[in-house]
Amino acid sequence: MDTDQLRKEDFELVGVKIEETEKISKPSLSFWKDAMYRFRKNKLAMLGVLLLALLIFMAIFGPYMSGYDYRTNDLTSKNLPPSAEHWFGTDELGRDVFTRTWEGARISIFIGLAAALIDLTIGVLWGGIAGYKGGRLDEVMMRTADVLYGIPYLLVVILLMVVLGQSVGTMILAMTITGWVNMARIVRGQILLLKNQEYVLASRTLGATTPRIMARHLIPNAMGPILVTMTLTIPTAIFTEAFLSFLGLGLNPPLASWGTMASDGLPALRFYPWRLLFPATFICLTIFAFNVIGDGLRDALDPRLRK
Amino acid sequence: MLKYIGRRLLFMLLSLWVIITATFFLMRMAPGNPFTSEKKLPPEIEANLNAFYGLDQPWYAQYWDYLVGIASWDFGPSFKYKSQTVNDLINSGFPVSLTLGIEALLIAVSFGVLLGVTAALFHNKWPDYGSMVIAVLGISVPSFIMATLLQYIFAMQLKIFPVALWESPMHTVLPALALAASPMAYIARLTRSSMLEVMSNDYIKTAKSKGLSRSAVTVKHAIRNAMLPVVSYLGPLSASVITGSVVIEQIFGIPGLGSHFVTSIQNRDYTVIMGITAFYSIILLVCVFLVDIAYGLIDPRIKLAGEKKGE
Repeated sequence: MDTDQLRKEDFELVGVKIEETEKISKPSLSFWKDAMYRFRKNKLAMLGVLLLALLIFMAIFGPYMSGYDYRTNDLTSKNLPPSAEHWFGTDELGRDVFTRTWEGARISIFIGLAAALIDLTIGVLWGGIAGYKGGRLDEVMMRTADVLYGIPYLLVVILLMVVLGQSVGTMILAMTITGWVNMARIVRGQILLLKNQEYVLASRTLGATTPRIMARHLIPNAMGPILVTMTLTIPTAIFTEAFLSFLGLGLNPPLASWGTMASDGLPALRFYPWRLLFPATFICLTIFAFNVIGDGLRDALDPRLRK
Repeated sequence: MLKYIGRRLLFMLLSLWVIITATFFLMRMAPGNPFTSEKKLPPEIEANLNAFYGLDQPWYAQYWDYLVGIASWDFGPSFKYKSQTVNDLINSGFPVSLTLGIEALLIAVSFGVLLGVTAALFHNKWPDYGSMVIAVLGISVPSFIMATLLQYIFAMQLKIFPVALWESPMHTVLPALALAASPMAYIARLTRSSMLEVMSNDYIKTAKSKGLSRSAVTVKHAIRNAMLPVVSYLGPLSASVITGSVVIEQIFGIPGLGSHFVTSIQNRDYTVIMGITAFYSIILLVCVFLVDIAYGLIDPRIKLAGEKKGE
């Protein structure tokens, strides 16, 4: 702006209204609203949410769309490339890969969610009790967790699958038997930070019982890291399912999971690449979606990153 | 420091004991006995076999023998291949796996650090976005899919590298890349965030205001400190490389320990599964232990905190 254009009127005192200096001009945001706002601004995370929504939609409705059954063999139409008849082609027994892919999505997402929920329950209870009670109990509980934490995850899972037999249930059991330790350590760390805060003391002074303090005050305040850990457990579980199925330790036919489909498709890669391509793509997309959502949540919930 | 090492050593041994005990009892629970086959064995032969392998002893004697065996580096026999022991498999397979693992480790660390540092230096510019897209992709694509993808593109379609087997250095490239992809992505992200943190420190400002060039500040001052989280990741990294190699070796037909492991799983060769699991656990736990100790030695700040908390 040119200085010549500045006139005296521009510098008149507008006056100070005392009552307005105290006014809060922005609407007050709760922690969660603020976090959601930041999460929504994260484009990659929103892409993840969109992808996940699509995947879940297809997992629910996909198996009914093409009119084929995931387990019916049709030996007259095996190893067909993708076409108008079979959108994703067919496999070596003439089963529709499109239907099987979404059937697989159900299994993968179910395993991921179930493993995450079980880890969450055990982890929150174990870590919460250890952190809150402290002292000798904490020592014993966390040392147990440390020992389990040292055990290589995939080896335990492989071992249990070999012995217990292959089903969705044993797979979830195998994944959660040492999987909860990570959650327990994170929850304990949070509880240790929170339990000496004034509001906890206030609540206790008012006569609140320990379970109430845990449920009403400690766990809700530790929800951020818990949520992030949980979101990042799901892709690990989905990966582990695919990995096990690939080793031949996954689910038994005719059940379709992405891992078993990829494993069946591998020998035929040279001639019928779509049999591997479709399940592999969806494994990657699902893991990608959960990973970026988890990252987005961490960035949104971590107060250190707030500007 | 010594107290810390002792404590960690104790926990490592405890973890090992838990996993070895668990494998032992799990394998006893497994259906069928080792000599189940289509032909029924005459009872005398079965009794002889049981006596030879010590299976006629009570479980606690077998358990004790097993523990003593592992402590003296004897991982037991194979029930499917009578002339082979787990030690034979380890001796023939582990050097191959180790070569592959080290190659993958070098690729993962060098490219991961390179990507991470580039991303941090060009924070919020296109090299940053580019590196982080590569990193997210690397994390989202499981190693076995990466392996088949590389095999399909570079070996079957472009015919640049051999499809499989383990004969020349060219044969090692694709499996090592497949194995390195996801650890590389983790290292890139780790390096990026720790570089960003380090770059905002006062001593970096001091170095800059002394008139040092951008490259000198980055190489001499920033990277050294930014590497610490990467060093601490080397323990879990070796774990993921070792377990990842199981499936990679299978796909590329590499005669490493991982392939033996998969074969033993498919044959339900319980003693071999047990033995290799025990061996893997020892390797992994020792790696994590050594990395943690090295970390304490590299970063003097860790020592104090570690000793105080006793962790």
